Amino acid sequence: MRMRTIEISVGLFIAAGIGALFLLALEVSGLSLRPQESTYKVYAEFTDIGGLRVRAKVSVAGVTIGRVSKIGLDNRSVKALVEMQIRSDIDFITRDSIARVTTAGLLGEKYVDISIGGDFDVLGEGDYFESSQGALNLEKLISDFATSNL
Amino acid sequence: MLDFLQRLGRNNLARLSALGRAGIFFFQALMHVPSVQSIPLFVKQLYAIGVLSLIIIVVSGLFIGMVLGLQGYYILVAYGSEQAVGQMIALTLVRELGPVVTALLFAGRAGSALTAEIGLMKATEQLSSLEMMGVDPLKHVIAPRLLAGFVAMPLLACIFSAVGVWGGMMVSVDWLGVYDGSFWGNMQAAVDFRQDIVNGVIKSLVFGVVCTWIAVFQGYDLVPTSEGISNATTKTVVYSSLSVLGLDFVLTAVMFGDL
Repeated sequence: MRMRTIEISVGLFIAAGIGALFLLALEVSGLSLRPQESTYKVYAEFTDIGGLRVRAKVSVAGVTIGRVSKIGLDNRSVKALVEMQIRSDIDFITRDSIARVTTAGLLGEKYVDISIGGDFDVLGEGDYFESSQGALNLEKLISDFATSNL
Repeated sequence: MLDFLQRLGRNNLARLSALGRAGIFFFQALMHVPSVQSIPLFVKQLYAIGVLSLIIIVVSGLFIGMVLGLQGYYILVAYGSEQAVGQMIALTLVRELGPVVTALLFAGRAGSALTAEIGLMKATEQLSSLEMMGVDPLKHVIAPRLLAGFVAMPLLACIFSAVGVWGGMMVSVDWLGVYDGSFWGNMQAAVDFRQDIVNGVIKSLVFGVVCTWIAVFQGYDLVPTSEGISNATTKTVVYSSLSVLGLDFVLTAVMFGDL
């Protein structure tokens, strides 16, 4: 009987430990047990991405529709090339949409916001945004202002 | 002068040979690991090492999480970014405080008990009588304890972190009024499963190996007197704590830095 209670409590302990790991994985790190949602990739070139990082969110009207999956430098145009994974059910990003690197709040994280245009043609896998707007560089703005280059 | 040099040499030789004995002991004990008969022994040790440490782990996890929530809130609210308190709590706990504080408590709670238990077995010559009966003490006394320590420590660290995050949430969301959507949202955006949680578990596994190894070896290798037992117990706690803190720096540098 005594061995039984010991075994039960050990079983509970192991279950609690593994449960805690699952909790950390699902709740804290936001790992999804569901298979990866199907996504498609679109690309945008920016003159300046500021502090944009991989895994940053991509949103339309503030609603998250995907995330930044890769950031590189385009050798020819010497611009930042940002690869974004967009959820497959978002199939209305028109070809004339504008991708813009924005900041959440004044000092918050950088993310990509997309303004949908009015074209009939939509972006598919591997397509590029035709127009983009890089991060607003506050320091550059101030120095331009100070030297009245505006 | 020569006497001093001789003493220095003797002390260091003794230390080196103890280190060597510890290594040989560790591998000999681990050679015996897998067998069906040893499962009840293992379960019993897991009870003594893991289940009985639960209370101290859960209580300290809860309070450390709550203090983190409180301190983080007061610092961050000055910059108007108190929503980031969730990510601060989670990253601090999962990367550092979870494994390290659990290991320190583990060394104090379970390590000292292991040393004293095995030390008393040695002092009362239970170990030698086992050997006389043809039972290998490494297999029946040491190996289950080592294994139980390896298993218990990561589980305890996970429980510590989870309880800590919950405690932090309780303070910052329920009491101080941080919006819970951004609390969890910021946390999930900042914490990466592979990078943060898996590395934290690896850390706690390493600490578990080191702490149990030190505890069991100190018990096995002590001078079989009452003074020897008390010395060995002290050494267990001191050595475990120091090696956990030192190893933590090395592991952090390797995992999160660009060394």
